[in-house]
Amino acid sequence: MLLVHFLREELGLTGTKIGCDTSQCGACVVSMNGSTVKSCTCLAVQADGAEIATIEGLANGSELHPMQEAFWDNHGLQCGYCTAGMIMTAVEMLERNPHPSSDEVRAGLEGNLCRCTGYQNIVKSILAAAEKMDGHAHNDETGGHAHHDH
Amino acid sequence: MYAPEFEYHRAATVAEAIQLLSSNEDAKLIAGGHSLLPLLKLRLARPSVLVDIGRISELKGITISDGTVRIGALTTHWEISSSHDLEHACGIMAEAAGGIGDTQVRNRGTIGGNVVHADPASDWPTVLTALGAKFNIQGAGGSTRTVEPGDFFVGPLTTTLGEQEVLTSIEAPTLGHHQRAEYAKMAHPASGFAVVGAAVVVTVEGDVCTAARIAVGGLVPVPVRMTSVETALVGKALNQENIAEAASHASNDLQGEILGDFFASAEYRKAMAEVEIRHALFHATEVSHH
Repeated sequence: MLLVHFLREELGLTGTKIGCDTSQCGACVVSMNGSTVKSCTCLAVQADGAEIATIEGLANGSELHPMQEAFWDNHGLQCGYCTAGMIMTAVEMLERNPHPSSDEVRAGLEGNLCRCTGYQNIVKSILAAAEKMDGHAHNDETGGHAHHDH
Repeated sequence: MYAPEFEYHRAATVAEAIQLLSSNEDAKLIAGGHSLLPLLKLRLARPSVLVDIGRISELKGITISDGTVRIGALTTHWEISSSHDLEHACGIMAEAAGGIGDTQVRNRGTIGGNVVHADPASDWPTVLTALGAKFNIQGAGGSTRTVEPGDFFVGPLTTTLGEQEVLTSIEAPTLGHHQRAEYAKMAHPASGFAVVGAAVVVTVEGDVCTAARIAVGGLVPVPVRMTSVETALVGKALNQENIAEAASHASNDLQGEILGDFFASAEYRKAMAEVEIRHALFHATEVSHH
């Protein structure tokens, strides 16, 4: 069983999407032990004992993560299918590089496809989040994390 | 897409992994899974047993000492691309790793998995061939052997790694004060895989090239050393004219099978090999190619 199937079908965490199934589109990106993975290219058993963060775990209760808020404020989505993966990738991007240039944001999104072709506002959202977070990339990690041991 | 059914074992040590390979005829190793899982989903591989070596700590990490970089087979492309020590010791490795796939592929994909998968469009085989790397392999009964890339890569997705052997680490020489190394690739715009990749390692004293190792990949079943280009370069000043002249010998070294597909014909790739060699040499010697 793939990690993405475990998250969606066993845990009911359907925020994570399946797009291409071939590790290209990034709709299934989740964070595993602090670094992003395409959950369609990871066996659930490989994640045994790992800390998995999905889009459901980003908000702190009713308070959205600054990245979620930035996507909302800047209309960083059209149909929304790629959004969960985009946001998970963007959060890690700012952890590794808190003040990216527009080019660096675009390069950092190479593993995430938006078929509405809405990259302009996605890049704008991430840059806005970077400014708002001002280097404080590590959000308080609470709620919504799937932690499973077998 | 779903992978076919398989039995799953997680090995705690290399010896245990080899034991599991020995006792299961149709077993395959899995590390990051970024070559194997896509094959499983497409039913291009159907092993009945998977042996997960992904948590064997002895296979992880980068150590640099006595002029040698040693990278554990399970080290991810991300770990390699973000290593400052490696950037100083052998920058071409950090640079090449950063150009593989995308962030998530680099986070999970391992150098060892990449090398044993032996995809002709991969970057590592070309870079490691130019560097004169060595592959350390462990086999049954604790036996070990060391193989050079030229004796390891046999053809597309085919190597001399035995069915009961594990690639444990990769060693490459650190680059000396007078050495420059660079990897230039024409990347497939969708996948990032190399349509053509060229890796150069040159020694420059004054402005004269005193030694050169050049390899190309992407367009050939296994990486090919560009010995004619190397010979044409050694003893010459590394200026724009001499680099272009030396690179023009590339076709001499590309007499074997050239790969071509819908995206890029064999003829086109062959022409681009010369261009990428030139780019790599220009970058390595910081000669502007504009």
